[in-house]
Amino acid sequence: MNNFEYSRPETAEAAIAAVAGDAKARFLAGGTTLIDLMKCDVEAPTHLVDVSRLPGLDAIEVGPGGIRIGAAAKMTDVAEHPAVARDYPGMREALLLGASTQLRNMASIGGNLMQRTRCSYFRDPSYAQCNKRKPGSGCAAIDGVNRGHAILGTSELCIATYPGDFAVSLMALDATVHVQNGRATAFPIDDFFLPYGPSPHIEHPIGRDELIVAVEVPASAAARRSHYLKVRDRESYEFAACSAAVGLELEPDGRTVRDVRVALGGVASKPWRARQVEAALRGKTFDEPTIRRACELAVEGAKDWGHNGFKITLAPRVAARALMQVGGLE
Amino acid sequence: MATAFTPTRAGSPLGRPTDRIDGPRKVGGHADYAAEHFPPGVVHAVLVQSTVGNGRVARVDHASVESMPGVLAVISHRNAPKIATPKVFPMGAAASSFVPFQDDRVRYNGQHVALVVADTLEHATAAGRALAVEYAPEPAVSGIADPKAEPKPAADFGGQAPDAEWGDPDAALADAPVRLDLRYTTPREYNAPIEPHATVAQWGEDGSLTVWEPSQWVEGARQVFSEWFGLPLEKIRVISPFIGGGFGCKACPQPHAAAAVLAAKMVGRPVKLAVTRPQMFTSHGGRAATRQTLSIGADRDGKLQAIVQESVNETSLDDAFVEPGGSVTALMYGVPNLRTTHKLVRCNVVTPGWMRAPGEAVSSFALECAMDELAHELGLDPIELRLRNWTDTDPHGGKPWSTRRLREAYEAGVRAIGWERRSTTPRSVREGRKLVGIGMAAGTYPVMRTPSEALVRVTADGEVQVESGGTDIGTGLYTICAQTAAEVLGVDAADVRVRLGDTELARAPLAGGSQLSGDLLPVIHGAAERVRDELLQIAARELQANDLAVEGGRVIVPGDPSRAVGFADLVRRSGKNAIEVLHDNLPPDANSEEDRRLTFNGVSKLDFDPSPNYAMHSWQASFVEVHVDEDFGTVRVKRIVSAVDCGRLYNPKTAESQIQGGVIMGLGMALLEAAEVDPTSARITNNNLAEYMLPVHADVPDIEVISVGEPDYEANPLGGKCVGELGITGIAAAIANAVFNATGKRVRDLPITLEKLI
Repeated sequence: MNNFEYSRPETAEAAIAAVAGDAKARFLAGGTTLIDLMKCDVEAPTHLVDVSRLPGLDAIEVGPGGIRIGAAAKMTDVAEHPAVARDYPGMREALLLGASTQLRNMASIGGNLMQRTRCSYFRDPSYAQCNKRKPGSGCAAIDGVNRGHAILGTSELCIATYPGDFAVSLMALDATVHVQNGRATAFPIDDFFLPYGPSPHIEHPIGRDELIVAVEVPASAAARRSHYLKVRDRESYEFAACSAAVGLELEPDGRTVRDVRVALGGVASKPWRARQVEAALRGKTFDEPTIRRACELAVEGAKDWGHNGFKITLAPRVAARALMQVGGLE
Repeated sequence: MATAFTPTRAGSPLGRPTDRIDGPRKVGGHADYAAEHFPPGVVHAVLVQSTVGNGRVARVDHASVESMPGVLAVISHRNAPKIATPKVFPMGAAASSFVPFQDDRVRYNGQHVALVVADTLEHATAAGRALAVEYAPEPAVSGIADPKAEPKPAADFGGQAPDAEWGDPDAALADAPVRLDLRYTTPREYNAPIEPHATVAQWGEDGSLTVWEPSQWVEGARQVFSEWFGLPLEKIRVISPFIGGGFGCKACPQPHAAAAVLAAKMVGRPVKLAVTRPQMFTSHGGRAATRQTLSIGADRDGKLQAIVQESVNETSLDDAFVEPGGSVTALMYGVPNLRTTHKLVRCNVVTPGWMRAPGEAVSSFALECAMDELAHELGLDPIELRLRNWTDTDPHGGKPWSTRRLREAYEAGVRAIGWERRSTTPRSVREGRKLVGIGMAAGTYPVMRTPSEALVRVTADGEVQVESGGTDIGTGLYTICAQTAAEVLGVDAADVRVRLGDTELARAPLAGGSQLSGDLLPVIHGAAERVRDELLQIAARELQANDLAVEGGRVIVPGDPSRAVGFADLVRRSGKNAIEVLHDNLPPDANSEEDRRLTFNGVSKLDFDPSPNYAMHSWQASFVEVHVDEDFGTVRVKRIVSAVDCGRLYNPKTAESQIQGGVIMGLGMALLEAAEVDPTSARITNNNLAEYMLPVHADVPDIEVISVGEPDYEANPLGGKCVGELGITGIAAAIANAVFNATGKRVRDLPITLEKLI
């Protein structure tokens, strides 16, 4: 860990200006990722600009059209919000299945979206090869230990997994990420996480000096009937081997799918929306064989990197079981 | 030596479930752990570890950090004074012959290559990070499964392997009507104590050395410091009153401790060196990875005809560490023909170490899975198969067991788990989408013995005190020491003051091998009896009575409440400051100072087979119910019953905790724990507690511990056998057997992670 300066501006504008004016400055919220990576010597900012207590940035506003969650709101506070429990249960489950109580009490919603991969080769600078850490250096994970790595959205340049849970639930619910840098900008959640192209070190379409201010999740029947299923070897405090965020709306007949949402975690380079699965289920009868058949589509194009081929088997099962659980089939 | 002990009163302190007397200090933050000592002028040292798995240090650029703020010294092979190579177990008290900074050789990834000392931890950390080290790397052998690794007999490396052979195993195996050839593997595992290693070293002006160090054995540590630095024992003090878990990795001072002492010498200030959590994975060895091939032959009735086992484990370039994979195999069943051999694979790995039940943990996994496989092959109940191969004598040495209440353990476990619910057809019981299975296995751990000293004192204030250099590694030793003295002297255990873990105190052997309570308590008992006799003699004169007893800190005349005298008065009447007795149970013909040095500062008197007449072991039968998700392969343990025969339990409450702790460690071994090693760099990629998977509370079900033991006065004058390490033995097998019963899939490679079941 290196020495750094710490400041806590009073306004978002001042915070943005402070980061914009210093090439080695970074926003600091809960610190659960950034401080950790500083201890690993992966990040070495010389100035941390604390945005965790900016006035109003932790507000949670509920309206008929949806919920707007301030970026500085803590994971715990969002999970415990009655409107979240009532109208977005899958989001609540995703929050509560992440990390540990202590971490959830610290970690902010904005920071949660920005969390970095747990790839050991990224987190350990003693490996010369990591295209995320040192663009152009290569990928040590491809020939290394890659049980936890991604099967979807990977390339020969990077096979790191997006580790989070919360963003997977946002992906299923068509959330929007609001960003401020002088002007306000909004990104559909799917666009906020960039696919791994030639630059796996660039994960988001925003600059270092652009501040996430809120996440907005539209209300929907699918959100009210949403669910997050996380599968892992250890019962708690482990990243997902595979997870699925799902939402479901049935026709009044109670068995025909009107709307369905499926997103996967733990298996891809970004929170992974399985639109092929959704398309295959929409308008179909909601029964186990149909669901399982449709969910096989989730891993089209998946690649086994040596130790993680089991995820190709696992992911469709997790998606299917999540749907069956939310739809009352188990 | 005291004779067989019989409780004289109802509700006597020894044997009563008793809260830890050290609990309030620990919970209140008043128990001082090593790293919490701040001698005046203390400075901080930070280790720099290699980032390649094999090769040489080409360059360490001391100048690159020497001018950084607060830096006092940079130490590497370029400037380190000589540290001598210590004698390594079983020839001595050291865990490894590796000593840091003595040459430019990189033996494994994460080896200590330099040390930075600075005025603050932050300055030392910053300089350690900035220190430029360049390597001339060579290809590394990353572990036991590396294609470059070649197993050779342990003896080829100078290792002492517990090989065993009797009968004609090859012929018997060839003739056996039923034969199974099986291969089991266990990965590299880590002790992972919640308190990482730390050493605070302070040199005195007179050339004496004081070390605060979490140690399972302060006298052994003293010996190793003596060998490293050429100091006489009496110049060294090692202090270790509290340990935040050791499980074997704190049995001996590890190489970083030498670095701390060296640094303190070089900078002329006390030095604190705290090993970071990632550094914990290479500053000492954990359990060696093993590969056991086991051929088992039986007749159709299940009577074992032969077992041939070869156990291979990884070891380091420096040392020949043997993980005794054959230890339980050569003990458990009446098999007429047997051979167990041990081979080693040299790898670029830190010397493996002891981890709770070294040998027995992995040996019981292989053997007890193999028995389950044989039972399934024969269509026999697994317990019936074990009973058909029951032996009343140790098949290795031929001696009868002192006690072996394993049948009673089976019966208790069968009742508690509801064994009749177990389907004999695997994958035939479901609850929703969960496959349900029940399995069992046996486990065992030997009674070891080393003589000990102990001091018991009654002060002028009438306080009863016990002193021993033995350390409480979380087992509850403080409490049973107090209970033992309380038992003899008629006081409450809570009123006995116990001091432990300091070389200034009465000498004691290693708190390892589950031996220390068995070593120490009879000596405390004997010391307390001598103190009591002295008090009674004085009281007899005072009270003019011969029929006396001790009660509530007084000597009383039973039946005459008007006549009593307090301990404080008796001490005053004695004309002494205190009545104290330093007692020991060294053999009368071997209690010279040299004998004591051999006993307490080495392991030459550690007796793995202490009785000429009996084979003495604790026994466990564990029963497990698992639920396995049929889609995900995730295993959740729903219930564990552990029925144990540890002889008499001195404190059933802490003994139960010990067994539960061992069971939880066995659960981790079965389902979660494994070092992940990068095949190219031989670097551990999960060197943190987020990714080295230990069980969390949510993984741990109800654990029902049932004691079926009875006092075993052959094993110990006070009737106890051994506890601490027993709990882990057999658990991994019981879980693997339950998983087979649930799923029909036999996983022989630990841990049983989900991809092995889908």
